[in-house]
Amino acid sequence: MLYRESGQFKTSYEADQAILPIPQDRWFLMAVLLIAYLVIPAVSSEYMLQAVLIPFLVFAMAAIGLNLLLGYAGQLSLGTGGFMAVGAYMTYKMTTAWPDMDIIVVFLLSGLCAAGVGIIFGIPSLRIKGFYLAVATLAAQFFLSWMFNKVEWFYNYNPSGTITAPPRTVFGHVVTGPEATAETRYMVALILVTVFALIAKNLVRGRVGRSWMAIRDMDIAAEIIGFKPYQTKLLAFAISSFYCGIAGAMTLFLWLGSVETEAFAINISFQVLFMVIIGGLGSILGSFLGAAFITLVPVLLTNAPQLAGLQMATDLQKHLEVMIFGGLIIFFLIVEPHGFARLWQITKEKLRRWPFPY
Amino acid sequence: METLHAVFVAPWLDMWEAPVFFAEVFVSGLLTGVMYSLVALGFVLIFKASGTFNFAQGVMVLFAALTLVGLMEKGVPVWLALILTAVVMVVLAIVIERVMLRPLVNQEHIILFMATIGLAFFLEGFGELIWGSNVKRLDVGIPEEPVMIKGVLLNSFDIWAAAIGAILVAGLAVFFHKTPIGRALRAVADDHQAALSVGIPLKTIWIIVWSVAGIVALVAGIMWGGKSGVQFSLSLIAFKALPVLILGGFTSVPGAIVGGLIIGVGEKVAEVYWGPLIGGAIENWFAYVLALVFLLFRPQGLFGERIIERV
Repeated sequence: MLYRESGQFKTSYEADQAILPIPQDRWFLMAVLLIAYLVIPAVSSEYMLQAVLIPFLVFAMAAIGLNLLLGYAGQLSLGTGGFMAVGAYMTYKMTTAWPDMDIIVVFLLSGLCAAGVGIIFGIPSLRIKGFYLAVATLAAQFFLSWMFNKVEWFYNYNPSGTITAPPRTVFGHVVTGPEATAETRYMVALILVTVFALIAKNLVRGRVGRSWMAIRDMDIAAEIIGFKPYQTKLLAFAISSFYCGIAGAMTLFLWLGSVETEAFAINISFQVLFMVIIGGLGSILGSFLGAAFITLVPVLLTNAPQLAGLQMATDLQKHLEVMIFGGLIIFFLIVEPHGFARLWQITKEKLRRWPFPY
Repeated sequence: METLHAVFVAPWLDMWEAPVFFAEVFVSGLLTGVMYSLVALGFVLIFKASGTFNFAQGVMVLFAALTLVGLMEKGVPVWLALILTAVVMVVLAIVIERVMLRPLVNQEHIILFMATIGLAFFLEGFGELIWGSNVKRLDVGIPEEPVMIKGVLLNSFDIWAAAIGAILVAGLAVFFHKTPIGRALRAVADDHQAALSVGIPLKTIWIIVWSVAGIVALVAGIMWGGKSGVQFSLSLIAFKALPVLILGGFTSVPGAIVGGLIIGVGEKVAEVYWGPLIGGAIENWFAYVLALVFLLFRPQGLFGERIIERV
């Protein structure tokens, strides 16, 4: 009844090619954005922002990056954590070397550095595919985290080996460092994610996205009809790593404030992979849903015993958490292997005919 | 010039000048390699039979070792504990087939891969929930004193591990090539549909394969657990087994063995002779880079089936 597009006629190609051709969808997205930009910063507590919403945005960014690579270009990568580390460490290096440079510019530049690293580790993708490639990208993960640990230049020779975000301002607001409020950091992260999600959405709708999908579906056939596999795959690696690099920079500057290489360990790579798979391969919306799920579930599991009034030993609770997390992942894969994005699609199909399905 | 000399000449001179030390490094690398092979073997078995890349193999090693230690701490004699743990691994295989593999039949490989990662989380939590997460000592009566063979100092535990690994591999080879079940397993590995159409029960085969992988995990768990104690980090040896796999090929049992030996030796030699030049602790990634370089020349690994693509 509410969600029905009958009677909506498109009179121009622009209208037909809009990202969201149906007004109901546009209103819905507007409402979500309004809530995200206006309501949430006003009502959320410090804890809510710091422990839930900022990590959600950071991981959404990384998940979009991996989804471009895995969901659209079909290249399985387990090096996400490594590429995020590149983003974080390069941002730190650049902003301490040139303190006057705008932090957003630094973010973008370090994203470019991550893209370069991504291209280097993407080179094997021309020769190898599938799980062989996945294992090969693990080389990126382990090598990069070893490098950032061993080469002291990357953390400015400080003895603890951690890097800490120095205070930086954008338009007079302190956005990083210990003085920055959670609201400001949330807003910066939100703006970055919105802009880059929009760019990603348009990338995958256009020529680049189509070439990726052609390579994903069958690379030999794609090559025969004129897509260059090498360039296409490397471009996918570059852009994906760019997103991951920005996500890494956000981790350091907008979320944690100070990190070691441990923060970008192999677990992060797997978590982002979970987000992409559970959210839905080849869907930008799915990346958000997956990121929300994977960041929210541990928070809920951690707080559930207190809410239910149960007292548990912390290590017992930790084990239970890990166990339930693993179980949930298997459960969701069995129930809907195509992820939340597909569930959303099904819901929309159902909604269309609601309340008279026949 | 100085650095070039240090990188390209000095290590070889060192090896030449102290052959006994080199032999020690080499052999200890070989013996570690056997342990990697043991873990890689579990991956290969499952990948061959079901095309699933079982990420949970490392955690299965941990789980088996935890169960064994837990039972032994309860006062169960070693032989009984071994049998009971093997039974637990078989039950685990049946449950996995029922609950996880059956609903996911015909899904894409990546989905199954994710499911095994979920399984890895689950088993890790489950094992530590039941048996606790402290570091435990595992002692099944394998001697540990050092022995000298032709002037080379070795740990007898490593030699035992290598011997047991060799027996296990030989046993598996016989099992695969001489028994009806083994033949059925190879048929499934070749072609699922053809195997189904000649009446090979796929579900039973999967249970068997996962059970065998579970028992291989138990053996690996005993070896690694005896060497470094049973603790969470045991599951991380899965990451050591992965380069072994790509080096040897995902589908080849001999590949897993040879790959394990190459990685074991390469890693040790590189760490001892080249490691100090670039700050040490290169063991974590050296195997990967070695495997990666190798892959550029032979994408299917040493013994893997040739990848033939049809359009």
